[in-house]
Amino acid sequence: MEAVKQELKEKIISVLNLEDVNPEDIKDTDPLFGAGLGLDSIDALELIVMLDKDYGIKLLDPKEGKAIFESIETMAKYISENRTK
Amino acid sequence: MNQGVAITGMGIISAIGNTVEENFTALTNNKVGISTIDNIVTIHSDNIKVGEIKKTNEALVAELALPPGNNFSRTAMLGAIAAKQAVKNAGITDINEYKTGLISSTSVGGMDMTERYYYEYFKNSSILKYVESHDGGDSSQKIADTLGITEIVSTISTACSSAANAIMLGARLIKAGKLDRVIVGGTDALAKFTINGFKTLMILSDTDNTPFDNERKGLNLGEAAAYLVLESEEIVKKEGKKVLAYVSGYGNANDAFHQTASSENGDGAFLAMQKAMKVAGLGVDDIDYINAHGTATPNNDLSEGRAIIRMFGDKVPDFSSTKPFTGHTLAAAAAIEAVYSVLSLQNNVIFPNLNFKTPMSEFDLLPQTSLKHKPIQHVLSNSFGFGGNCSTLIFSKSE
Amino acid sequence: MSKCYINGTGCISAQRTFDTVFLEAAEVNNQENVLTIKDPVYKNYISPGAIRRMGKGVKAGIVASSQAMQEAGLENVDAIITGTGMGCMEDSEKFLKAIIDNNESFLTPTSFIQSTHNTVGAQIALGLKCTGYNFTYVQNAVSFESSLLDASLQFATDEIENVLVGGIDETVEYTMSLFKLAGYIKAESEKPYQIFPAKSKGVVYGEGATFFLLENKITDSTYAEMAGVEIINKLPVEEAEQRLNQFLAENDCRITDLDAVVLGYNGDIDDEIYFKNLAENCLKNITQLYYKHLSGAYHTSSAFGLWIGAKIIKTQEIPAIVRANAIAKDQYNTILLYNQHKGRDHSFTLLKRCQSTI
Repeated sequence: MEAVKQELKEKIISVLNLEDVNPEDIKDTDPLFGAGLGLDSIDALELIVMLDKDYGIKLLDPKEGKAIFESIETMAKYISENRTK
Repeated sequence: MNQGVAITGMGIISAIGNTVEENFTALTNNKVGISTIDNIVTIHSDNIKVGEIKKTNEALVAELALPPGNNFSRTAMLGAIAAKQAVKNAGITDINEYKTGLISSTSVGGMDMTERYYYEYFKNSSILKYVESHDGGDSSQKIADTLGITEIVSTISTACSSAANAIMLGARLIKAGKLDRVIVGGTDALAKFTINGFKTLMILSDTDNTPFDNERKGLNLGEAAAYLVLESEEIVKKEGKKVLAYVSGYGNANDAFHQTASSENGDGAFLAMQKAMKVAGLGVDDIDYINAHGTATPNNDLSEGRAIIRMFGDKVPDFSSTKPFTGHTLAAAAAIEAVYSVLSLQNNVIFPNLNFKTPMSEFDLLPQTSLKHKPIQHVLSNSFGFGGNCSTLIFSKSE
Repeated sequence: MSKCYINGTGCISAQRTFDTVFLEAAEVNNQENVLTIKDPVYKNYISPGAIRRMGKGVKAGIVASSQAMQEAGLENVDAIITGTGMGCMEDSEKFLKAIIDNNESFLTPTSFIQSTHNTVGAQIALGLKCTGYNFTYVQNAVSFESSLLDASLQFATDEIENVLVGGIDETVEYTMSLFKLAGYIKAESEKPYQIFPAKSKGVVYGEGATFFLLENKITDSTYAEMAGVEIINKLPVEEAEQRLNQFLAENDCRITDLDAVVLGYNGDIDDEIYFKNLAENCLKNITQLYYKHLSGAYHTSSAFGLWIGAKIIKTQEIPAIVRANAIAKDQYNTILLYNQHKGRDHSFTLLKRCQSTI
């Protein structure tokens, strides 16, 4: 799971073009949306595509993303349980 | 009340008809134009429904009698067909008898061709001609050339409010005396670019769109073109022209909230409606029908609904979205809905908001779900686009 | 019924123009047939969170517009009107390539969202929280002039007190290669490229964002009065002089009042005919200037031309680098601009020096 968390931090930075952020800056339990990293609804859609492309998980309803993308911790857990790639 | 600018002609082609009459027949007989897609090959074809004009590009070329070497995009062809209809409907035989301009609008432009040929240009020189027709201004240029217009020609591209803005600018050019008459409207063809674009935003529905319904899932894309002919009071009197209706009010405002989503309380929408009412010199009691933007996305209908309630309080007039008939035709939406607003005024009828079952939980708004006959003096039409671009037009009856 | 005045400008172009007084750092680049923007440090103007999604044109547009506002001393505006010929090409191409390369799979929304033509105007409004009128014009060589015309209509009816008006276009590699293939851009074999007089077909392409803050009053930062603008879709050479006279008359002016004309010479031998038609006849006795050898030729490069006209009226100096003839005047009080492309989308714009700033 640690490997997934590290991987996720790197992917989020590259997919969302967060030039000034380093993986070390993102804490596992920090909120990703709103406060913390300050991501928004468009970023959520980008992450949904990343889940599909890189982990084979298809989310059909964008609203599901809210709980899954709460933090690196919740994302890593969801991916570990549901990945098909 | 301010009289406004006279509309003397209209033309339209959409998924529910190739002429004004055909569109009216469809609207009054629940004849819907939403179907699976035929003209474009896409991996999404089983998961989307569209308001497609069931004519191939070859058929459009033939209809316009275009020469073989032409580089008209589908957007340009639809536009030319509708614009020619409007000019004919206005009884214009010599386009340059008076100072005449064209303000068109589009969001797709020539992208329908570009996406087809993107990598092929280097292998096939006969399609190089489509490089020229990619940009937004090309479809307007083609329409201007088809009609013989030489004066002011311009194109507006503000996503889904584009045609409303074109109509607005046209009215202002007439009022300012810069033109004696102007053809105004918009055109957009279906394209993989927009289909995939809206898919990534997860706001396309795989079933028929259901505006203002609590269970709404998203929009159906559509394609269409529609144009109005606006003429100055002087010409109308001099030529004894029949006035179909008046553009009596208009307003554009920006939501300034988010690139694609509307603010929770519909700030931009509210401001646009407020501005339009002011220009028209009308009060909330004067509006008999709202043709809503009503795209059936979770966000728009909530935001627009709230804005309508803010504007009208407990006096919300009959309202409906006609997008269950035609789909959301992007830049052309406000133009086809302008034609429908005029038809509403001419025939004293409100078109139904189809597919409605469950009222939205957030407020008490019930759209008009069946065809309704009643005297109609003023119609308010909303169109809201990406980039927070909110536009409202008000059309008033010609006595 | 108000007049309108240029009270602030911002110019991001293929020349260093964002932190200079005028063209003192300008150099002709005759080695490249596509000129690209000399970037300011965007991070100094835009937050990283916002920059990460923005294409070139949006970033340049935000900086240029904020410079114009700053110069005029305003923090918000009543309206934002932009013109762009090709729109946000970078994002448009990115999304289109992704659709084709990945067979419509794994597509992400950002580049689609940022590709709509009105993105620059929308992002400026978002940054300012400006809820005012917001239009975008996409009509080739009159995209910018359509914006000016719109603004002037609103001043005439006193609907606005101030407005941001701008022209933005960006280049992107693949589309430039298509333009080269189609012959719009001069062939590599023609180096060093010459814009005026033109020797061949094709242009040297460019990109840029130029913004103006227009107000209904004269202030300390006023450059000039934007006295009139007209767009004409088709104007045959034999009708041009008469039409010009008409335009000037409508704006209380005659040809003999003109001190200088800024012409849109773009290096294309076919386009040159329209400019020479006026330059060698009714306008032959005034200072003649050109600019597309500095900015590159693109649909909204005429905004760069207007920037030059406004700067000349303000500084009362003509940089040698923009001269197309040797005629000099004692004062530059009235400047005409004329542009067109491929025989269409003609525009006349008139700038007048304000009496109170003389």
